[in-house]
Amino acid sequence: MKTLVLVEHDNAEVAAATLSTVKAASLLGQDIDLLVAASSQVIAQKASQIDGVSKVLSFVDGRFDNEIAEDVAECVVQVANDYNFFLASSSTTGKNSLPRFAALLDIQQISEVIEIIDNATFKKPIYAGACIATVKTNQEKNVLSIRTTAFDKASAESGNAQVIEMSVTDTSSKKSAFIKNELTVSDRPELTSADIVISGGRGMQDADNFKLLDGIANKLNAAVGASRAAVDSGFAPNDYQVGQTGKSVAPNLYIAVGISGAIQHLAGMKDSKTIVAINKDEEAPIFKVADYGLVGDLFEVLPELESKL
Amino acid sequence: MKILVPIKRVNDYNVKVRPNQSNTDVDLSNVKMAVNPFCEIAIEEAIRIKESGNAEEVVVVTVGDEKHQEQLRTALALGADRAIHVKTENPLQPLDIAKVLVKVFEKESPELVLMGKQGIDGDHNQTGQMLAAMLGLPQATFASKVELQAGSVEVTREIDGGLETLKAELPAIVTTDLRLNEPRYASLPNIMKAKRKPIDELDLDALGVSPKNRVELVAVESPAERQEGIKVESVDELVDKLKNEAKVIE
Ligand SMILES: Cc1cc2nc3c(=O)[nH]c(=O)nc-3n(C[C@H](O)[C@H](O)[C@H](O)COP(=O)(O)OP(=O)(O)OC[C@H]3O[C@@H](n4cnc5c(N)ncnc54)[C@H](O)[C@@H]3O)c2cc1C
Ligand SMILES: Nc1ncnc2c1ncn2[C@@H]1O[C@H](COP(=O)(O)O)[C@@H](O)[C@H]1O
Repeated sequence: MKTLVLVEHDNAEVAAATLSTVKAASLLGQDIDLLVAASSQVIAQKASQIDGVSKVLSFVDGRFDNEIAEDVAECVVQVANDYNFFLASSSTTGKNSLPRFAALLDIQQISEVIEIIDNATFKKPIYAGACIATVKTNQEKNVLSIRTTAFDKASAESGNAQVIEMSVTDTSSKKSAFIKNELTVSDRPELTSADIVISGGRGMQDADNFKLLDGIANKLNAAVGASRAAVDSGFAPNDYQVGQTGKSVAPNLYIAVGISGAIQHLAGMKDSKTIVAINKDEEAPIFKVADYGLVGDLFEVLPELESKL
Repeated sequence: MKILVPIKRVNDYNVKVRPNQSNTDVDLSNVKMAVNPFCEIAIEEAIRIKESGNAEEVVVVTVGDEKHQEQLRTALALGADRAIHVKTENPLQPLDIAKVLVKVFEKESPELVLMGKQGIDGDHNQTGQMLAAMLGLPQATFASKVELQAGSVEVTREIDGGLETLKAELPAIVTTDLRLNEPRYASLPNIMKAKRKPIDELDLDALGVSPKNRVELVAVESPAERQEGIKVESVDELVDKLKNEAKVIE
């Protein structure tokens, strides 16, 4: 049996999350095929260069411009007979479509896998990462969403897989229609794959003050993140949210500024290699997970830090 | 229009849940339980839609043991009109919950299902998508804005790159994200009134769903604790440590 990995992309590039998912898939020890649903062949061509891949099933159609879960699920169901593992990352794209086709195939999905012990046994965080569960599947076919921060990335260049053009069949399922996107534009690295992340919390006080983080991020080539409180208060866009119900990150360096360290925030960043906390409250729980804590007023610390980098 | 809101009973989000003594499961014995926060957001949205005159009835449903009635009462106190309790002693997995909800959907024929994007217990983030798939209906997950139109719903979704807007014909399944609304608190008179609102009880047999244990829990452990680090006295010391000790910046 073979493993099928869903390729995520923006119709220009394959997402870094897919490289980690392929790496996780390789631990299952089976042949790996990729499924690409895109508006042109470009993505399938790029995906065919990912290391360790046998075949790329390429579904090309204008409607795949946006990854509508209903469409993606249909493509997977069409080829499902040949596979016993189906993997995608636990990005919002993966979270949206994986359970949809899992249900169509009558499979109980296993979400947020952080470790593959053997082909039936997996580890995953539960309760905001306060506990780690080991689960064992009794199913012949399995759907896994992969927490990409727990796995390395497969090389994007050394592979040479065969691209197979697939024809798209429509089913009767009713679908939602794409209206528009409002994507955050940034020259900085993407949050979930950045080497360095600097995040602001409620302590930042307003959206304007996030510029204090931008200056440092630019110097360090870092991504900027935020706590839920900062996003809820309108200081930062929703896609900055790090945590249990936002993004999981595990950079080399995570700098938490004006963030108290609630368990829901820690859930998304406590696997970072080095953690720095800047907070004026020396009792703040964030210091419990920080390698380096600096007790101080962020409005004094941040400008000084920027000038000294 | 009728709105169906499936809700989940979970730990209060302030509680740090720990493994039990034998590391076979989590220990919920003395843990305060609550309505899953994302489900509270779904209830709130449904009630607002009703208050705006776009819906006649809000029906909440939960699948679980006797204690789940507490959360149904909370939902009724918040303004739901009626509740359905699908009784089962053992907690079910999302696929089976979705199968139960398919049956409830078929009995109730709602135009809109509003539910949470994820339970903060298992962090599955599956049930809504599964329900939509099984019913062959459109899904709009992670909603931060829900706008009803004639025969359809326009939903703004929180996605990794920013926001996306979809339009789905009704009936549709919508799952809620954090920014959709701020749930209200139940007032004392409404808590009293909720005691008289009806809760229908159903069981799995009557619905024709036989759950399977497809994925077993083998062990539950605490994650590896991080070593608490040191406090630095100054920005200079911080920069020095990052450069020369952690070697994470240049
Ligand atoms: C269902 C649910 C899901 C959630 N999901 C997430 C999630 O994914 N991610 C997440 O982050 N949270 C999440 N939360 C919220 C979480 O519980 C906390 O409320 C949130 O993380 C707090 O954000 P904060 O640390 O920025 O704010 P606060 O807890 O208010 O902390 C602000 C900190 O800033 C410090 N500060 C203030 N002024 C200064 C200054 N001038 N200089 C230095 N320090 C200063 C304060 O000492 C304080 O420690 C979730 C909650 C729920 C219920
Ligand atoms: N036992 C249950 N009864 C009713 N609804 C549920 C139940 N479990 C999950 N749900 C719904 O499905 C959503 C997502 O849960 P989950 O897939 O477990 O993360 C929840 O927010 C609820 O709306």
